[in-house]
Amino acid sequence: MITKFQVAYKNLLRKKIRSLLTLSGIALSAWVLVSLLGFNHGFETALNKDIDNMGFQMMIMAKGCPYEAATMMLKGGTGLKYMDTSIADTIRKEPDVEKITPMLMQTVFDPNKGESGGIAAYLGVEPKSYGEMKTFLTFRQGGWFTQADAYEAVMGYEAAELEQREVGDLILIPGKNVQFKVVGILNRTGTQDDGTIFVPLRTLQKIFGKTDALTTIGVKVRKDADSSRIEEKFYALPDVQVVNLAQVKQTILSLVSTAKVLVLSIAIIAILIAMVGVINTILMSVHERFQEIGILKTIGAMPGDIFQLIWIETLLLCTTGGVVGVVLALILSRITELVFRNLLPYSPSGGLVLIDAKLVLFTLGAVLAIGLLSGLYPAWQAGRIRPLEAIRSDVNG
Amino acid sequence: MTQNDISMEAINLTKVYHRGSEDIPAVHDVSLRINRGDFVSFIGPSGSGKTTLVNLLGCLDNPTSGELLLDGRRIFSNDRHNLSERKLTEIRRELFGYIFQNFYLIPTLTVMENVMLPLTFYHKKGAGNDVLGLLKLLGIDHRKDHLPGRISGGEMQRVAIARSLVNSPEILLADEPTGNLDTKRSAEIIRILKELSATQGLTVIMVTHNLELARQADRLFEMRDGGLRTIDGGGDTNAGCQMP
Repeated sequence: MITKFQVAYKNLLRKKIRSLLTLSGIALSAWVLVSLLGFNHGFETALNKDIDNMGFQMMIMAKGCPYEAATMMLKGGTGLKYMDTSIADTIRKEPDVEKITPMLMQTVFDPNKGESGGIAAYLGVEPKSYGEMKTFLTFRQGGWFTQADAYEAVMGYEAAELEQREVGDLILIPGKNVQFKVVGILNRTGTQDDGTIFVPLRTLQKIFGKTDALTTIGVKVRKDADSSRIEEKFYALPDVQVVNLAQVKQTILSLVSTAKVLVLSIAIIAILIAMVGVINTILMSVHERFQEIGILKTIGAMPGDIFQLIWIETLLLCTTGGVVGVVLALILSRITELVFRNLLPYSPSGGLVLIDAKLVLFTLGAVLAIGLLSGLYPAWQAGRIRPLEAIRSDVNG
Repeated sequence: MTQNDISMEAINLTKVYHRGSEDIPAVHDVSLRINRGDFVSFIGPSGSGKTTLVNLLGCLDNPTSGELLLDGRRIFSNDRHNLSERKLTEIRRELFGYIFQNFYLIPTLTVMENVMLPLTFYHKKGAGNDVLGLLKLLGIDHRKDHLPGRISGGEMQRVAIARSLVNSPEILLADEPTGNLDTKRSAEIIRILKELSATQGLTVIMVTHNLELARQADRLFEMRDGGLRTIDGGGDTNAGCQMP
C-alpha cells in the first residue's frame, strides 16, 4: 500500500531544482527568523546579566550625561568627570543604603596595545567593598591586594589572557613609570570585569594625582527601601548625577528595539516572500498536473484526498525548509553574533544570540503554520479539478 | 434475462452543451442496454459524440436529460440530473475502472505503486488483495519495480489496465485504449480486454477509431451526430440495442 505521504514526497522529487529552490527560500526565512528572535532573547539576557552583575542598583557620578557616563562605565571608556570622596561618606550614612563601593577609573594611551596603540583602563577599587558587592567574582589564581595602598593589580580573565600575564608578573602603566605586581587573576564572569585591570583605589588616586577624587560610587540599597525616593535624595547632593541601572537597561533596550523592529520587519517580508514562493511552486505544480489530478479522481480520489495530497506537499516543503533553517541558524549563530556586534554601537558581553528549544519549537511551529496557510489555496484549487475537464483537455470525441 | 444480468441501462440520454446563446447537442436521445460481461465498442468520427456518451455512461458527466441505471440502481433520472462531483466519485470508485489513450501513469511511482494507487484513496472490500497476481495476469509482473518511463507503451497501457482493475470494478471504460500503440500492441491490449470480459465477467465499454479493433467486441455501436446505431445488427438508430 502506498501512502499519500509517499505520493506527495515523490511528486516533489519530480522537479528537484524547483523544490530545492523553494525549500531554500523557506530555510533562509527560518534562519533569519531564528537568528533575530535568538538575538532578541540573547541581547536582553546578556544586558540583564551585565547590569545585574554590577552588584549595585545605582551609580553616583559627577554631573554630565548620566546615561552616556553609564555606558562608558559599561564599556570601560573615557571622557571621565570627577567628584569628591566626601560624597561617598555622605551616601554611606544614608540609612536605606546597604553598601557602597567607591571607584576611580583612569585611562591612558598605551602605544603597545594593538597594532597602533589603544586606550588602557584601570579601575581603582577597595577590595573589601568591591568584593562584597560582586560576590560572584572568584579567583583563578591569587587573590585581592594585600594592602589598601599596595602597588598590586588584579586582572580580569580576558585582560590576563590578552596580555599573557600570570600571578607574580609585573605590569607597567604607560607614561607613569609605575609598576604593579599581578597578585590575582579572576575567573571568567562573562561581564565587563573580564577585561578590567583592578588596582587599589588609594594607589590609583596617588599615581594620577586625584587624591580626593572618584569617578563612580556603586550603591546597593536595602531590599525594602524605596529606590526612587533614595534616587531623589541623592539628586539633591551637589554636582552629582544618579544613574539607576534599571533605567539604563530600559534606555539601551529601547534604543536597540528600534533596530530590532526594522530587522524584524525585514524578516517578516522575507517570510512573506517565501510564502508567495511556496504558493507559486505548488500552484505551478497543480497546473502542470491538471490531467493527472483529474485522473486521480477517476481512480477514486475524493476532493478531500487531492486537497490532502497537495497540502502534504506544501507541509513537506515548509517543514524541511524550517528544519534546515533552524540547523543553519544553530551552526552559524557565532557568525551571526559577530555581525550583530559589528552593527550595534553598544553590545553587552556574553552570548548575543541565544537559541533555545522553546525558540526552535516556536520557529518550526511558525513555519508549519505558514505552510498550512500557503497550501490552502493550491490544495483547494486542486481539489476542485473535475476529471472530465482533465480528460477533455486532450481528447476529442 | 433477469435484472441481475443487466449491467447498464441508458434511457433517452441527451447531452447539450451551451456556447453563448447556441445549444450544441453532443448526444441525442440515446437508449441502450448493456449486459454484465458484455464487451461493447463505440466507433465514430471525431465530434460524433462517442466520448461524450461514454463519459455519461461512466458517470464522468451529468446528462441534460434522460436516465441511467447501473445494476438496477438509478443514477440519473429526469427529475434528478445533476449529481455532485463527490457523489459521482463515490459511484465511479465503486463500479468503474477507466483506461485512457494517454495512460496517465504517475511518472515518479513504480509500476507496482501506480497499480496500487487507487487503494490509497478507496479500498473496496475484498479487492486489491493480490496485486502481484494481477500484474502476472497482465504479463507485467517482471516490470513491477520499474518506473513508467522505463517501459514500453504497450506495457504502460497494461499497467493502466491493472490500475483500473485493482479495486475490482464492475465496468471497465476504455477510451481509445490503443490510440498510442502500434498494431501488434493494440491487438494484444484488445485480447486482454476480451479475456477479462470473458473470464471475469467484466463489462467492457470501449471507444475507438479503429474499426478492425472495434469489431473484436461482442457488440459494436456507431455514433454519428450524437445519435447511436448498431453496426453488427445492421439496423437503424437503437435497432439491435435491447430497448428497455
